[in-house]
Amino acid sequence: MASYSTNEFKSGLKVMLDGDPCSILENEFVKPGKGQAFNRVKLRNLKTNRVWERTFKSGESLEAADVMDRDMEYLYTDGEQWHFMDPDTFEQHAADEAAVGEAKLWLKEQDKYVVTLWNDNPLMVTPPNFVELEIVQTDPGLKGDTAQGGTKPATLSSGAVVKVPLFITEGEVIRVDTRTGEYQSRAKD
Amino acid sequence: MYWQPTASIENLHLRAALLQQVRQFFSANNVLEVEVPILVSNTTTEPHIHSMSVNCQFGQTSNQHFYLNTSPEYALKRLLSSGSGPIYSITKVFRDNEIGRHHNPEFTMLEWYRPGYGYHELMREVADLINQLFDVGKIDWISYQSLFERSLDIDPHRACLAELKQLIHEHIDLSFAIDNVDAALEVLMSHVVEPLLAESVGDVPTFVYDFPVGQAALANITVNDSSNKVAQRFELYYQGIELANGYDELTDPIEQRRRFLADNKRRRLLGLPEIALDEKLLAALSNMPACSGVAIGIDRLLMAKARADSISELISFTSDRI
Repeated sequence: MASYSTNEFKSGLKVMLDGDPCSILENEFVKPGKGQAFNRVKLRNLKTNRVWERTFKSGESLEAADVMDRDMEYLYTDGEQWHFMDPDTFEQHAADEAAVGEAKLWLKEQDKYVVTLWNDNPLMVTPPNFVELEIVQTDPGLKGDTAQGGTKPATLSSGAVVKVPLFITEGEVIRVDTRTGEYQSRAKD
Repeated sequence: MYWQPTASIENLHLRAALLQQVRQFFSANNVLEVEVPILVSNTTTEPHIHSMSVNCQFGQTSNQHFYLNTSPEYALKRLLSSGSGPIYSITKVFRDNEIGRHHNPEFTMLEWYRPGYGYHELMREVADLINQLFDVGKIDWISYQSLFERSLDIDPHRACLAELKQLIHEHIDLSFAIDNVDAALEVLMSHVVEPLLAESVGDVPTFVYDFPVGQAALANITVNDSSNKVAQRFELYYQGIELANGYDELTDPIEQRRRFLADNKRRRLLGLPEIALDEKLLAALSNMPACSGVAIGIDRLLMAKARADSISELISFTSDRI
């Protein structure tokens, strides 16, 4: 596997650190007066999602991580694993709970998700910024409610619970921002 | 292919105006502008400054090495030793491998020397220049020792390596081992002390002075109020950037030779090539008047002026566009 030296570190580069794949967020070159130069590097551990900073001696290098993002179709879950398929190769990949993480709340069969593979195994699943999901349960709104009214909880087909306006009813398909978990609008069909 | 400059045309105007102000300041203070060679046959022995080599045909001997200047210091000192009186130079200098938000391998340095000045007098003159350029009003002074006592509750001149390593362990995730007190102090300075300083002084330019003797470089040594030996060296911080580095200059050729040799010893330990001593400088030093000198990065001054995030915004073409 290739390796990268500190002067090649840049945002988005995937490297191995302490046995885990990491994504570099920031790289700051520091040279105190006449002293040893070093690089303060901010990284995200792609397994734990933890962000931290480590200082390297300038010129040190790290092994590249075999990490790549693929667009895949969500197929189904057997309760323990979530199955995705590469629509070009029809290759299937099973992601465990840690890899699916928060994305679990926004899964809909046949929709496309970004699956990050590390050594060919799913490491992380990223939903699109907006998904459209059906409401499977919500209390009926009260009579006379208008669009300016309050909100009520609604359970979506994926299992997520989001706040929706009172006029939204069971069976409707809504658009949700997956980054904030907020209702956006009725799905436009 | 990027053929466009990294700096905006507006910032090039800013550079031209600042250079003019700097020249007016020195002209009004009777400091002579001099030019010195950028192409040199002797370069710094500092282990952590990497010189760029140049191939030339004209050398007297076939294996003569040439370098691009890392600082105009040696030539300026030879002029001082020849009776130049107060002098300054604005020149390009080159340091390999230094690339970052605050670094470009080729940059512009303002360096000046004041015969008869102590380093405190020179700090006051630096303050005058900064005030003229930025109109900041207030400037602060703090010793390296007080700064470490305030930030980390430790005396940097007496702390042992184990104590410093413990502090590093508490504050910083380092990928490499620290094997000497000065390296430990530098790591703490840049990761903990400087950020705290930047936070506490806000927009006030601040001098840090009286460095540990291990970081003396070309400065004289003295004893401070706490009976610690300290180097008569200062740095100026402004907007979180190190802008200037000055010394009460060493004029003793024997001590200077000893420090050059110590640098080469350190180079051997680090697996770096040794650098031939600049015998012309050593010969000149015995005639050099007592003086203080300071170097200021012009590109960083401009960063502060433009409140820029990166030095590339102030340099017409950074080294990745040449």
